[in-house]
Amino acid sequence: MATTKLGFIVQRAGYKSENPKLAITHAISSQSVEIYLNDGDLVTADIAFVGDGVLNCIKNQKAMEKYGLSSTESHIKNSLLLDLNVMVCKEDLARFVLTEKDIVIDAAEFGAEMTAKVVPFSEITKMMEEMKHLLFF
Amino acid sequence: MGKLTIGCFSSLVGSMSLDFAVKLASAAIEKGHKVDFWVSGNGTMLSIKAQRAFKDYSFLEKSVKELMSKGMQITACEACAEARGYHKDETMEGFKRHSMDWYLASIFDADRVLHIGGE
Repeated sequence: MATTKLGFIVQRAGYKSENPKLAITHAISSQSVEIYLNDGDLVTADIAFVGDGVLNCIKNQKAMEKYGLSSTESHIKNSLLLDLNVMVCKEDLARFVLTEKDIVIDAAEFGAEMTAKVVPFSEITKMMEEMKHLLFF
Repeated sequence: MGKLTIGCFSSLVGSMSLDFAVKLASAAIEKGHKVDFWVSGNGTMLSIKAQRAFKDYSFLEKSVKELMSKGMQITACEACAEARGYHKDETMEGFKRHSMDWYLASIFDADRVLHIGGE
């Protein structure tokens, strides 16, 4: 029985690039990876939004209305529903004059108990140090 | 010998990232390492068969086939490919198509992971 911890670091803004959504969907796939692994083996995924990547977390995105696409916001909410650890860099939010009130923090309407955490970059660094592999998007 | 998992999200044409990743895979295999290769996003363009070689554009079909013959496993994200109109019957022989959990499963026991994000 073994666990491999993966850190997904999102540093690009949404919609301009496909990367943020791919980061989240790849992280979510940690929930179905067991079909390829031996019993008891696990892959865990933590997601951190840093730099321009924090813009992905702004709430009330209108992607469905404007583009007919599911929003990055809904992907983040699905991550919370699946109990993934979602972290948002506090300093980078401040750089965009954003606060916790401006971003996706929970997915209560989906029944998620997990919430996103706004944390100093030092905590994200700590998380990254605990991971076996980091994937930058 | 170790296991290297490479993920590349950059397109075949328009970026040299896939060229670099395939060359790195080749070097690793020559040294006796096992290599798994995942393409997602625009990187799924690499999976299309019957690529035509021009001097001005990257052409990796021949290299990928050689690496597959040497044991490299290469897989494209099925959803990313389908979204771009790259269908199974247009996929290079031996090039697998799976969902994203294939990549994470490969990473599970990889000694090193090289993840190259998209454009």
